[in-house]
Amino acid sequence: MAFPDRIERTVEVAHPPATVWAALTTAEGLGAWFGNEATIDLRPGGAARMRWNEEGFTAEMRVERVEEPTVFGFTWGIYGLPADDPRRTYVEFTLEPAGTGTRLTVVETGFAQLPEDAHRKAYDGNTEGWAKELAELAAYLDAA
Amino acid sequence: MPHDIEAIAEQVFAALADPTRRAILAALASGGPATATDLAGRLPITRQAIAKHLALLAEAGLVQAEAGERRRVRYRVRSAPMQVAQQFLAALARDWDSTLDALTDHLDRGA
Repeated sequence: MAFPDRIERTVEVAHPPATVWAALTTAEGLGAWFGNEATIDLRPGGAARMRWNEEGFTAEMRVERVEEPTVFGFTWGIYGLPADDPRRTYVEFTLEPAGTGTRLTVVETGFAQLPEDAHRKAYDGNTEGWAKELAELAAYLDAA
Repeated sequence: MPHDIEAIAEQVFAALADPTRRAILAALASGGPATATDLAGRLPITRQAIAKHLALLAEAGLVQAEAGERRRVRYRVRSAPMQVAQQFLAALARDWDSTLDALTDHLDRGA
């Protein structure tokens, strides 16, 4: 399958999980290395926002998993789709101790997500699909 | 994952590979639904060539024919297949390598 649904990367960093956790889950951390400014309400269902000043781009995220200091997951919109498109990808960071450092894995899934009736919708494209798509998004977020 | 997704993305990229079809889609996207005759007045392409490309685009699901005034067929852009192709591009453009490099640099600076 040439369509990538899942992206996975692992890096080892020479810092303990607690340090990496702070960089991933605090506004100060995220604003320092990921975006230029960040806010985060660190609890499942909490909102987070990141701003890239140079690009003039803001990402709205929803925190999904918070298991300090091992799992941090959030969903965010798919870049390039309209802001109100219900499709979102899920990003999950997993931290494992590795010696005195941390093995950090990031997995982003959902690039190829479409509802089950994707074929009909992609070809009929009528607006009645919206209510269903939004319901599916809610179910997806609840299940995440 | 349905196989259709890849087929849809492929049709979008094939449609966009042709400059005339790009021009037609751009005209419909910027100016709204139009007939082949309308488009021929706005683009340096014959009405016959436009009709041929519109038929191909409709077959690929990228434009939709609808009844216009005086029973003339109008075409409108259908964004759903574009959004599928956009998801493909978004996956390719997601640059976790640079992002993780930035994280590593940040951690090393703070140490």
